[in-house]
Amino acid sequence: MAAHLSYGRVNLNVLREAVRRELREFLDKCAGSKAIVWDEYLTGPFGLIAQYSLLKEHEVEKMFTLKGNRLPAADVKNIIFFVRPRLELMNIIAENVLSEDRRGPTRDFHILFVPRRSLLCEQRLKDLGVLGSFIHREEYSLDLIPFDGDLLSMESEGAFKECYLEGDQTSLYHAAKGLMTLQALYGTIPQIFGKGECARQVANMMIRMKREFTGSQNSIFPVFDNLLLLDRNVDLLTPLATQLTYEGLIDEIYGIQNSYVKLPPEKFAPKKQGDGGKDLPTEAKKLQLNSAEELYAEIRDKNFNAVGSVLSKKAKIISAAFEERHNAKTVGEIKQFVSQLPHMQAARGSLANHTSIAELIKDVTTSEDFFDKLTVEQEFMSGIDTDKVNNYIEDCIAQKHSLIKVLRLVCLQSVCNSGLKQKVLDYYKREILQTYGYEHILTLHNLEKAGLLKPQTGGRNNYPTIRKTLRLWMDDVNEQNPTDISYVYSGYAPLSVRLAQLLSRPGWRSIEEVLRILPGPHFEERQPLPTGLQKKRQPGENRVTLVFFLGGVTFAEIAALRFLSQLEDGGTEYVIATTKLMNGTSWIEALMEKPF
Amino acid sequence: MNRTKGDEEEYWNSSKFKAFTFDDEDDELSQLKESKRAVNSLRDFVDDDDDDDDLERVSWSGEPVGSRTRPGSFQSLSDALSDTPAKSYAPELGRPKGEYRDYSNDWSPSDTVRRLRKGKVCSLERFRSLQDKLQLLEEAVSMHDGNVITAVLIFLKRTLSKEILFRELEVRQVALRHLIHFLKEIGDQKLLLDLFRFLDRTEELALSHYREHLNIRDPDKRKEFLKTCIGLPFSAEDSAHIQDHYTLLERQIIIEANDRHLESAGQTEIFRKHPRKASILNMPLVTTLFYSCFYHYTEAEGTFSSPINLKKTFKIPDKQYVLTALAARAKLRAWNDVDALFTTKNWLGYTKKRAPIGFHRVVEILHKNNAPVQILQEYVNLVEDVDTKLNLATKFKCHDVVIDTCRDLKDRQQLLAYRSKVDKGSAEEEKIDALLSSSQIRWKN
Repeated sequence: MAAHLSYGRVNLNVLREAVRRELREFLDKCAGSKAIVWDEYLTGPFGLIAQYSLLKEHEVEKMFTLKGNRLPAADVKNIIFFVRPRLELMNIIAENVLSEDRRGPTRDFHILFVPRRSLLCEQRLKDLGVLGSFIHREEYSLDLIPFDGDLLSMESEGAFKECYLEGDQTSLYHAAKGLMTLQALYGTIPQIFGKGECARQVANMMIRMKREFTGSQNSIFPVFDNLLLLDRNVDLLTPLATQLTYEGLIDEIYGIQNSYVKLPPEKFAPKKQGDGGKDLPTEAKKLQLNSAEELYAEIRDKNFNAVGSVLSKKAKIISAAFEERHNAKTVGEIKQFVSQLPHMQAARGSLANHTSIAELIKDVTTSEDFFDKLTVEQEFMSGIDTDKVNNYIEDCIAQKHSLIKVLRLVCLQSVCNSGLKQKVLDYYKREILQTYGYEHILTLHNLEKAGLLKPQTGGRNNYPTIRKTLRLWMDDVNEQNPTDISYVYSGYAPLSVRLAQLLSRPGWRSIEEVLRILPGPHFEERQPLPTGLQKKRQPGENRVTLVFFLGGVTFAEIAALRFLSQLEDGGTEYVIATTKLMNGTSWIEALMEKPF
Repeated sequence: MNRTKGDEEEYWNSSKFKAFTFDDEDDELSQLKESKRAVNSLRDFVDDDDDDDDLERVSWSGEPVGSRTRPGSFQSLSDALSDTPAKSYAPELGRPKGEYRDYSNDWSPSDTVRRLRKGKVCSLERFRSLQDKLQLLEEAVSMHDGNVITAVLIFLKRTLSKEILFRELEVRQVALRHLIHFLKEIGDQKLLLDLFRFLDRTEELALSHYREHLNIRDPDKRKEFLKTCIGLPFSAEDSAHIQDHYTLLERQIIIEANDRHLESAGQTEIFRKHPRKASILNMPLVTTLFYSCFYHYTEAEGTFSSPINLKKTFKIPDKQYVLTALAARAKLRAWNDVDALFTTKNWLGYTKKRAPIGFHRVVEILHKNNAPVQILQEYVNLVEDVDTKLNLATKFKCHDVVIDTCRDLKDRQQLLAYRSKVDKGSAEEEKIDALLSSSQIRWKN
């Protein structure tokens, strides 16, 4: 059990248990001792649903990372490849199989494709002459992985590129399948709303899939009231801006992978007297970040500027609690104190970790360059000077700051100006190509195709209309005690979340004009429920809306939705699903063109 | 053909799969003849006629319906769940196989696609007419399952002529996008380029061709390849960049050969003192300019490696040039060169200092390169804006500039405050004290 998954309004442990069961069933099919050869990318997502102990219980004795040449020696009956359906991985698998020592004991090979079998991959295996070597070739439809009590992700890093650049809808199909699985576990979702081309497609697929499963009615009482499908390209702006929540900043600076973060170890060195500062740890400190940790759950979604005061308050409470030991006089009192010790020690450890992380982040956020960058971002988002070459961006290029940083800023400017003037765009392009290399023409074209960086057409800038109507820029933001979602970017209210907010109250009819400016159709579908399953909401009972971000979501957007869930008179609680947890950097990176 | 599911399961789980072939007349295996026939009558949609490899065909196409399908093997999570009973997903489970003897003739395109989607093997070969094939494609597209669309496209690619395939896909945009993605994935560059040519998508054709250079390691081959990109239908802007890319690599190859020779000969001071850390091949233009300002600064314009030549060839703007030259010369601590970069003479022969990038930037770059205070001071003094000047001077500890500026501003308070920042008993402290006690200055505060 992963207790933190059941804290929310919807118990996501049910989903986790279901996918674990499927994994066990597959493992049992390959009778006897086994070794798993992992596509390294998968180990992170798998870690969220199963520990090594589960695999061990099913006779997994060895685990290897998928690499070329011969497989490491292992005295096992079965070798199972856990892989994504990717052609380049098939080549490696074939190499492994072909270099198997024929004189040794024969081992059975199997492949488990995650999240699904691919005919293309199987053909590649066939072309390489190894397809017949596999006894089981199956798929493990790990579509939606529970990350937290209110958060699910497909962790499909190519989804945005495939959908919006290549026009390949495979990941949308998986999203639809994942949603069908959710409905099978949590009941039919009576209302579907959506905005964007991909959203429309997913809704269509869901309706079609439902029609195909006519065999029996879903008899589960619906947990979700609404589903909101949102295309990432409806809101290209938000991920480009620097997230300013605690979790968002950890992700921006260190990158959170499958709810783990690796941090520089210096700040985490145990402080012992007489240590003399030697033996500093050299390996990165790896920490798991989720709401199972009480303190983290409290501060993760706060604006970073509000984190310090919480930490110092906590420090006082914990010190006071430890001081209590002096007051414990009777045996009973001492016993009670001792019984609380483990909890207090955990709290102290957690506090120490987050104080260290906050220090690391503060080093960055108080730097001059961070301030300058933020100033420029905020100018763009509030509509200042978006139509001319920006000095700071020019300086960044001249000083050869990271290309991704430069691209994020240029794209942000472009999005906040509904495209750049041709002269400005050409200038940036030339500077970038001359400084970072001509081959980035390809990346610039990808960005243009995705709509992130483009010339302004028709000489019209729609962004001010969108900004004003949706109140995307709030001048009087309260970072300590926020009253509006704009606190997550210290002034900018994420467009995507504003759409969710306005949908729940007063409804999208109030913003028809803006919805027409934003790309793709907006729509509403109903999935009729049998009368027995129709919900009679108690007065004061909140609705539950599942917001599915097609193409990725940032931690700041998640924070903004959690903020709305917690509003006393909000009326709606949100569960979030996405194709990928991302930030501006990982997003741009995925759009960059690399050698084959 | 009355083998039950249980037996089947046992067989597939227990027997050594590799141990039999279809040609084997062994009685125990005769039950499999039926499936052998089925297999052989089937032409699996990816299975070419390689009869020498029966083993493979068994595992790939020799999956007679349900035979290897143990209960649950296709049960994805959604199958196992209450509202998607297994029977709706895989209706043939548990039925005797005999019923499917003629399946390959019965299934409509829509049934076939549905089966493919469930991960089952079925033959596409029986769809012979163009109309059938297109219907198959349309069914696949309407399912939105990229895996199935691709499977059908593989079949179409193999059984249709290029012209017909292209023509039909042109009016089926979703399938077309999948084909393009698929061709990119398998690296069938030739067909991809043919397709773009057919569709008259000239810019994509050009970009896709250009993209190939990323995979060419050998610099000469890469250069030759880039040459073939010149003149392709890029946008006007991009055309110029592609041309520059080629010219740059051409230069780099010449410079690299020359400098490697000079370095190994060991006769040239600059290479002895500052051995090259890496080859200049495939570096960006600005990096190349830096390199050239570092190793070839004084060369005449006529040589390929001279900075001036690079500047002219690639029309590098003044600002960019000065920034790069400054960084390179400062790194070498060639302060005279730095000085010369900003010195202009007017017609009367007076010299004047001018920096197209602003002297505040000059100071930052010099500081980054550990320029001594005397040098820094000189340039801090040239910063026009007084506040910026004071800030920079304070930041980089150019005491004289701070003190003089405070004096000029008649800002006694700031000077007083600055006194605490200089060393006790230093010349600077004395200078401040002298100013503070001077009766000549009319302080504003």
